[in-house]
Amino acid sequence: MSADEIRTSKVEELRVVHQPLPRHDQAEKIAGTTRYAGDLAFAGMLHARLVRSQVPSARLLRRDGSRALGVPGVVVVLFGEDVPNNEIRVDVPGQTVEVGALKATMQVLATERVRFHGEPIALVVAESEDALARACGLVEVEYEDLPVVSDPEEALREGAPAVHDTGNLLAEWNIDVGDVDAAFAAADVIVEGEYRTQFVDHAYLEPEAGVGWLDDDGVMNLRVATQVVEHYRDVARILGVADSKVRVIAPYLGGGFGGKEDMTVEPYLAIAVAHTRRPVRMQWTRNESLLARAKRHRNVMRYRTAAAADGTILAHDVEIVSDAGAYAYLSALVLLYSSVHACGPYRVDNARIRSKAAYTNNPPTSAFRGFGGMQVVLGYESQIDELATRLGVDPGELRKRNAIRRGDRLPVGQTIETEVLLAETIDAVRDRAGDPPRPSGPRKVVGRAIASNLQSYGRLVWLNDSAAAWVGYQMDGSLTVRCGVPDVGGGQASSLAQIASEVLGVDMDRISVHFGDSALTPLAGTTTATRQLLMSGNAVYEAAMLLKDQVLGAIAAETAQPVESLLLAPGGVASAGRTVPLAQALQVCRRRNVPIEALGTFFGPKGREVTRDLSGERIFPDFTFGTHLADVEVDLDTGQVRVLRYVAAHDVGRAINPKSVEGQIAGAAVQGIGQALLEEIVVEDGVNLTGGFFQYLIPTAADVPDIEVVVLESGEGLGPFGARGVGEPPIGPPLAAISSAIAAAVGARPTTLPITPERVLDAAARGGA
Amino acid sequence: MSADLTTTLVVNGRTVTRTAGAHLSLLRWLRDVADVLDPKYACGEGVCGACAVLVDGEPVSSCIVLAAQVDGARVTTAAGLTGPGGELSPLQRAFHEHHAAQCGFCTPGMLICATAMLADGMTRTRDEIRHELHGNLCRCTGYQQVVDAIEAAQGAAQGAAQGAAQGIPP
Ligand code: FES
Ligand code: FES
Repeated sequence: MSADEIRTSKVEELRVVHQPLPRHDQAEKIAGTTRYAGDLAFAGMLHARLVRSQVPSARLLRRDGSRALGVPGVVVVLFGEDVPNNEIRVDVPGQTVEVGALKATMQVLATERVRFHGEPIALVVAESEDALARACGLVEVEYEDLPVVSDPEEALREGAPAVHDTGNLLAEWNIDVGDVDAAFAAADVIVEGEYRTQFVDHAYLEPEAGVGWLDDDGVMNLRVATQVVEHYRDVARILGVADSKVRVIAPYLGGGFGGKEDMTVEPYLAIAVAHTRRPVRMQWTRNESLLARAKRHRNVMRYRTAAAADGTILAHDVEIVSDAGAYAYLSALVLLYSSVHACGPYRVDNARIRSKAAYTNNPPTSAFRGFGGMQVVLGYESQIDELATRLGVDPGELRKRNAIRRGDRLPVGQTIETEVLLAETIDAVRDRAGDPPRPSGPRKVVGRAIASNLQSYGRLVWLNDSAAAWVGYQMDGSLTVRCGVPDVGGGQASSLAQIASEVLGVDMDRISVHFGDSALTPLAGTTTATRQLLMSGNAVYEAAMLLKDQVLGAIAAETAQPVESLLLAPGGVASAGRTVPLAQALQVCRRRNVPIEALGTFFGPKGREVTRDLSGERIFPDFTFGTHLADVEVDLDTGQVRVLRYVAAHDVGRAINPKSVEGQIAGAAVQGIGQALLEEIVVEDGVNLTGGFFQYLIPTAADVPDIEVVVLESGEGLGPFGARGVGEPPIGPPLAAISSAIAAAVGARPTTLPITPERVLDAAARGGA
Repeated sequence: MSADLTTTLVVNGRTVTRTAGAHLSLLRWLRDVADVLDPKYACGEGVCGACAVLVDGEPVSSCIVLAAQVDGARVTTAAGLTGPGGELSPLQRAFHEHHAAQCGFCTPGMLICATAMLADGMTRTRDEIRHELHGNLCRCTGYQQVVDAIEAAQGAAQGAAQGAAQGIPP
């Protein structure tokens, strides 16, 4: 089955799907019995910790573990030379040959050169955490400092210190459509702006953790907090063993958001286990997590936008420079997302987009919810609001006038093939919000703004994405689902149970979902890119449909009735006269040699691989659209911003579980508000100054208002039952909704995130408030 | 490292005596020594509330007190809120019905904070609930459904919560 067969069902016929059922995984989480990656322990288990670079750029002159080895309880101190293949590889497909040969690799443990503060150099393994704590400080590392480059634009200049021998330009993408210069020449109004976003940390509550052990067949088992069980292949390459000799298990995660997409503890656990032949646990501290795990890209975005007097957008001219940090990770692809999403959910016939990602000696940057498609919302939505101000038209009307509809093409060339309820989301947030608020005091001002966006769901089409799932009846009529999906906390496993329950009529509490095991569950790919509902959801749907056909076929043959006259209902197979109880129907299947299980594989939409110059291509399976509205109050004396009201509307296609959808939207909106107002990983000359949650401020319950969620359902998504992906889309609009609301309040626009009180006061001074 | 100390705590109604390093935080003592795993490490500096437990009925960030400091105390963790057969308390049921747990990693701490909140029997507005939750970080829910759950549990869960806050095993 493929994505081109869009499945929609009559919503009133749905029994389980579309119901706000409690998720099947929640009871254990609430009872406190869920065992996360760091909760598992083995008898005789060892503990491991990394020794990390204390400087951002240096040659390593000496590394010596002998003093650390002298600490009682220390078992081994490992360096890069002890790693069979001391290289972590990231596949960066496509265009990079044109910008210099890219080697998207980094060492597992650095041997000669470190490129960022926090880069792993040594791995200490000990009998106890206490021994580790003593020993790590005794591993001696002698550095010879090398020049540091910590600004991506500086890094691209002639003569900048080279982070890698291949040069500092990691990736480059261009989009050219129409005649941009002619459009600007003909424009009635032109607005220009420069927007800057910051390094952001995922700050999931569960720091990176896992346990590794060798099982009786010599298979390396890693039970780790990961969004990607397929990293077993990377671990096998590092260990120099066959892929079949490594198994990765992802238990329920304490949050992911992209931060557990690249490997974290996996290679280190594997090396430690391989050397000691004993079970090993590794848990990163919050400090390590903030220091050394890849961040959200810091972007500089320069926009010029041309429009006609009637508000029609004529052209966008966009330049993006993205800070890739010290190693490639997924930066080239994140930048691709920024480029494709750069013009927003609007028709524009002329566009020139130039984007570059540069190496620096900053922490590496990689995947994070929104994956480059979210920073640009600040750019294009700020531009739209500036246009509205210049033209004196209502910002909502201006958006609706330019809003993408089915059949329109994005600048990259992809045609939108599904219904887009963008205008409806604009009306929805405004209807919900009603009258704007009033200031609560004389030195207070209020502002309201909206921001719309589009965000892809599903992986890039040339990656040949697929997902598999196995669905099988037990003889008592209960159901087992096996699917390699990692559950990061968004209800990934639970929604699979809901889909299987809908198709097969088995009650949710009689369904068990086994997930996230690279050896025992069919591989379903990464829980990233808002792809799991699309991919594993469709795979389970496919498997359940196959299974249903098998059972109905067997009963049809047994009872000599046409298969069309049979129905798989809760409790059994129903036909005109009577119901064959399910247990009996399964007996019939067994007797007739009809399997009572099925494997479903879903293949994502396909497309051609892109080159540096993007054009005329389908890039993504589809997009999700939405609009947010923010009311803010600004204190003109302190610069404090209070979000008074926040409304978020998205067309989710079909809500498989409306409560889960609301939870995804509210959670993403608050993360976006955090990025808009509070959060920043502060790096100075390559030194990461953000060491704990004391410095890294994510929103608390008291910092945000209720997120009022409006769910619209076009039924047009590519997921099962017409669902669209919704994990990432709601994180982008807050950047623009909040900054534009502040602009509306104080009369000038803050353009750099996070919008600290100083930046608010600066904008207020410019705006004359 | 410090000398070992013997500490006795009544954890969720069970008397637990262990000898361990005197420097161990209550969180590490519970997790690494006593195998009580529902309090979570997330920051280690008293900011996030993932490690929250009730010590003699008072909510405490267990990562920033030493186990030895509370020797003899009654400690209630989120797992201690369930009934003898593992059945969810009214507060926990409200969390369940309102989807208040996504990844669930903050949830044990949230439940402890909510238990302490409900113990005084007062009915709070949503803003007041938000204010009292400010020491418990959640990265998944945006707090919306957590506030929904606590709001719904006020009254309904009151009796059970008071019992738990006093350290009475359910
Ligand atoms: S782990 Fe104790 S407050 Fe965060
Ligand atoms: S549910 Fe994930 S941190 Fe709260």
